[in-house]
Amino acid sequence: MTTGAREHYLGRFAAQRARLAGASLPWLQRLRDAAIERFAGLGLPTTREEDWKYTNVSALERRLFDVVADGTQFSGLGNDVAERELARHALDGTHRLVFVDGRYAPGLSHVASLPRGADVGSLAELVATRPEVAAELLDTDPEAEANGLAALNAAFWTDGAYIDLAPGVAVDAPVHLLFVATRMDLASFPRTVVRAGAGAEATVIEHYAGSDDAVYLTDAVTRIDAGAGARVTHAKVQQESRRGFHIAGIHTVQAADSRFASHSFAFGGQLARNDIATRLDGEGCNAKLAGLYVGRERQHHDHHTCIDHARPRGTSRELYKGVLDDASRAVFNGRVIVRPGAQRTDAQQSNHNLLLSDGAEVDTKPQLEIWADDVKCAHGATVGQLDAERLHYLRARGLDAATARGLLIHAFAADVLRDITHAGLRARLSTLLPGQLPEDMGELECELLPTS
Amino acid sequence: MLEIRNLHVTVDEGTTKRPILRGLDLEVRAGEVHAIMGPNGSGKSTLAHVLAGRDGYVVTAGEVLYRGANLLDLPPETRAREGIFLAFQYPVEIPGVANIYLLKAALNAARKHRGEAELDAMDFLALVKAKLRLMQMDESLLYRAVNEGFSGGEKKRNEILQMAVLEPRLAILDETDSGLDIDALKVVANGVNAMRSPERAMILVTHYQRLLDHIRPDRVHVLAHGRIALSGGAELALELERRGYGWVEAKALETASGAGP
Repeated sequence: MTTGAREHYLGRFAAQRARLAGASLPWLQRLRDAAIERFAGLGLPTTREEDWKYTNVSALERRLFDVVADGTQFSGLGNDVAERELARHALDGTHRLVFVDGRYAPGLSHVASLPRGADVGSLAELVATRPEVAAELLDTDPEAEANGLAALNAAFWTDGAYIDLAPGVAVDAPVHLLFVATRMDLASFPRTVVRAGAGAEATVIEHYAGSDDAVYLTDAVTRIDAGAGARVTHAKVQQESRRGFHIAGIHTVQAADSRFASHSFAFGGQLARNDIATRLDGEGCNAKLAGLYVGRERQHHDHHTCIDHARPRGTSRELYKGVLDDASRAVFNGRVIVRPGAQRTDAQQSNHNLLLSDGAEVDTKPQLEIWADDVKCAHGATVGQLDAERLHYLRARGLDAATARGLLIHAFAADVLRDITHAGLRARLSTLLPGQLPEDMGELECELLPTS
Repeated sequence: MLEIRNLHVTVDEGTTKRPILRGLDLEVRAGEVHAIMGPNGSGKSTLAHVLAGRDGYVVTAGEVLYRGANLLDLPPETRAREGIFLAFQYPVEIPGVANIYLLKAALNAARKHRGEAELDAMDFLALVKAKLRLMQMDESLLYRAVNEGFSGGEKKRNEILQMAVLEPRLAILDETDSGLDIDALKVVANGVNAMRSPERAMILVTHYQRLLDHIRPDRVHVLAHGRIALSGGAELALELERRGYGWVEAKALETASGAGP
């Protein structure tokens, strides 16, 4: 079985190698060669691997996606679709970089003036114009990308964004990276790199969108390097097409006293997997991981998170919630490692799931590996249904049954949405939840529980 | 306003159906305050729940007319929009929904049902603040999740606050006095008294007479074995306080056995 996809992608690599971004740079070709080598050894993940036990990607063995290294052969058609998607997904007050089928689209992008020391743009362009900077940004530990699909990204990546902040630089407006898929049967391999120097601050919104019925594969990798005292917020918004495949890894390394906040919102795709990992690699780091997955029909959402407390006095807070309807399925695996010597670690994890139908299913698993003794670690998981008492109470106050249901679903998700500071994004995410809300709520519309 | 005739209700407990109300008759007119008293298990709360339309109760005989129309066919939200308000004995906590949000959604739903325009933000807030003062509640409670982390007294006050904002035609207060200290009881009673009007009827369901020291009812009914065993004026509550429920229950049993199966 595995040979199908393996041979296909190895063949595509051999054919496309000379046309991939930075093909003339020996160091980059070495990275790509090493990656395809890893892929040749690993193949696609199978359910025999513990990390992929509940997520079966054998569909990717049967459905082989095309890889096109050179985007210039695409006609303007994709851009029409992309413009439509852009109109739907643009966010006010952000620096925007749009990627269409994995390639930077400067005509659709808009980066307002950035402070000195802040550099944001297309990774492929950076490789072409300032390869020495690209070499620094791409010099990341391949060990973190430990599965065959991540290796494929490292081999094939064609473009993506880089956000490079000198020490002390704060970018106030969020950087909105919008990846639009427009083509059937195409695989795209976006790679995003964030380097925040000591004390730098930025918010990055990584947003994936696709046309409704297109079948395609997004295989994305994001690497974040948060310097000492840096504050990095990363929000992932996954709105792939209903039939798209989305596989992504987000890997962060945090230096001392840095703060990293990760938000993952998963709405789209027929099969979506996120590996989100952060390593608290200096003393006194703070990591906050939040997520919300919403499943309908036969969707499958998988979040594997890993918080690696490698140094003392780290704090982590993790809250994931799921709303699952129809025959959808979700997986949450929350790994927390407290390394020997990472004393006075304070880690809390929770995962709560709301099942709206008898056919929905969730597999939730905390995975705590604690090797230090002076630590506080707590975890909890729940799986439940809408509360009948609450539904009745709302109806007894005049809300119809559908609105009462919708209100409780939104209320369930409220504490995951609340921390999204961009009001427009928060409101839009709220509309993606199932269930209607009361009409004519005026200023209370998108704030079920206003933040104090 | 409300006419209940020969109401028989069983509670659905999965495999068994237990009869709770067995031929209850009650008439409440606009402007009246009725107290329904009775020992535990007599069916007081069942009556309140059936009027509000809660699931799990089966009406096996009888009818309930509200403003001349059959009430039992209506879903709970329509009853609420038509002006029926139940102050719950155990108000439900709803994390994630701000108190003010529910108040506004509930008021809008009722106004829309009546063909009235929604209140704008300024008017709504002014209305709610006036009612807050009446209930001696802090404004911060508006922005907390509905009943979440509220003390017992705050929950009961919050029910009356909702009632004050929604201005129902028929208010049913289910054991609103239970769990209240004397100060909170006075506040709640003041709130209820302020709502008394010739257009509004109220039913106070209570085990003890002490609420009736503060809210003087027009009629007092004693519920025993699923029907009204005795009715009288406000003075009946005092007699019950003195003599207990035993004698009324005994009388009710006599009547029930005398009436035959």
